[in-house]
Amino acid sequence: MTDQENITVQKLRENFPEEILDVGGRPNDVAVTVRRDRIPDICRFLRDDPDLSYKYFIDICGVDYMEMEKTPRFAVIYNLLSFEKGHRIRLKVLLEESDPAVDSVIEIWKGADWFEREAFDMFGIQFRNHPFLRRILTHHQFVGHPLRKDYEHGRRQLCTEVWDLEFD
Amino acid sequence: MENEAIKEPGEYTVLNFGPAQPIMHGALRLKLKLDGETIIGARMEIGYLHRCFEKMSEQQTWHGVIPFTDRLNYCSSLMNNLGYCNAVEEWMGIEVPPRAQALRVFFNEMHRIMDHCVCIGPGLVDLGALTNLWYLFTAREKMYELIERVCGSRLTTSFLRIGGLTRDVAPDFVRTAREMIDYSRPFIDDVRHLIEHNRIFIDRTRNIGNVSYEDAMAWGYTGPNARASGVKYDVRKARPYHGYQNYEFDIPLGTNGDSYDRYMVRFEEVIQSYRIMSQVLDNLPGGPIAADDPRVTLPPKNQTYNNIEALMNHFKLTFDGIQVPEGEWYSFTEAANGELGFFCVSDGGGRPYRIKVRPPCFAACQSIEKICVGYMVPDLTAIVGSMNIIAGELDR
Repeated sequence: MTDQENITVQKLRENFPEEILDVGGRPNDVAVTVRRDRIPDICRFLRDDPDLSYKYFIDICGVDYMEMEKTPRFAVIYNLLSFEKGHRIRLKVLLEESDPAVDSVIEIWKGADWFEREAFDMFGIQFRNHPFLRRILTHHQFVGHPLRKDYEHGRRQLCTEVWDLEFD
Repeated sequence: MENEAIKEPGEYTVLNFGPAQPIMHGALRLKLKLDGETIIGARMEIGYLHRCFEKMSEQQTWHGVIPFTDRLNYCSSLMNNLGYCNAVEEWMGIEVPPRAQALRVFFNEMHRIMDHCVCIGPGLVDLGALTNLWYLFTAREKMYELIERVCGSRLTTSFLRIGGLTRDVAPDFVRTAREMIDYSRPFIDDVRHLIEHNRIFIDRTRNIGNVSYEDAMAWGYTGPNARASGVKYDVRKARPYHGYQNYEFDIPLGTNGDSYDRYMVRFEEVIQSYRIMSQVLDNLPGGPIAADDPRVTLPPKNQTYNNIEALMNHFKLTFDGIQVPEGEWYSFTEAANGELGFFCVSDGGGRPYRIKVRPPCFAACQSIEKICVGYMVPDLTAIVGSMNIIAGELDR
């Protein structure tokens, strides 16, 4: 772990002692598991704190741990970069199968828009307060969420209708 | 705009742009809300080229994913191979031999040039400048000839393996590579001279689709698109891999973040890639082209046929695949369009549990429906062309 990443973890521990569940990963690829309830606050803090300044949005993706027999079943991964300070962090939020929902971070980084839609499309994770949470890669008639482990990889669906894209 | 008849509130024209519109560079659809010819709203639909890369990867061995990665950004297939192989090698702690590293860097930079040729050439055709396409594609064709000599295929190479390369290059490689450089470079310079101070080109692209420094970071722009907005971030410098720290090259930066800057940054990157390629050829090391590591590399054929351990190793690697230790990690390289990231989860078996690609143009593409508002329909051509949207990596 480099000094700067130590600062990130340290600052998170100081400001959100209740939220942090686990710190792991490897040097230059630190992963912090946090509770889901205050994820927008954590993200805003990471972006706005002058010592951290994670202004660079990199990636959001989902994971389904069903076959690894971990609980809870789902996770959402946030990859963030602080370009000015030269460090990165990977936030991880675990979500129960019964309620796979987390608050959207689109207010903090505009770029989260399509990445959250993709995680919704592929895993059925709900991003609360997302303005346009619609399927993005699969067809709008598609049923189910293809990257869930219980979706058979060979299963096909016939989708025929044209999507009449609506504006806001 | 003052002369135009004032419309009733809510009265506007709807125009479907794509999915089969040639300027959309692959199948994507943009629905525009127009007031006269000015765009007042836009909504994009993608997914026409979705081939379930991530789901299919979960059915393959770790090596079996390599041909799929070719089809992400098919204009620079080898760079995706590199990003993926680098991700697995980093996690398993495999040291790639120096010769393989140098050749990887060479072909990586060559594919960067080819990708930029595909961005600039057809982008200029959309703006009405047809000549440049033939110039750039002649240069690109020469590069395809070289890659064909090396690995037998052109567009989708699958040339890399985890731990090294499929095969070594021919003994006359340095000579043919230098010929390729000497032949192709003048074409690029010619195009640059044709358009750099071209009045029509400047009028069509200057102050069109400006993206500010802060916006570029918030949208997740990486690569040339981000650098055009002044974000000095390049993975090759920020976290060097494959010995990039040993090569001399500069990071070109734009100031306005407009379409003109995005094109010019790509031109300058092409020049820098030529610099790197020449440096590789000057100091091409000898030695093996695959890591001497029985966990990932197939044993040599004479061993396989004459020795039971090697035969078993061959069998295990082919049928069970590479056994990647359990864990999850994120690894990234600088592809032609920006940061190409692979987030992988392994359950310790021979197949990937989850592979998530972070395609660089996905982040850039989502911003188009916002930044095109206020411009005219012809300006959209310049914006989409300068972003270099490749549907293969956008939709996966």
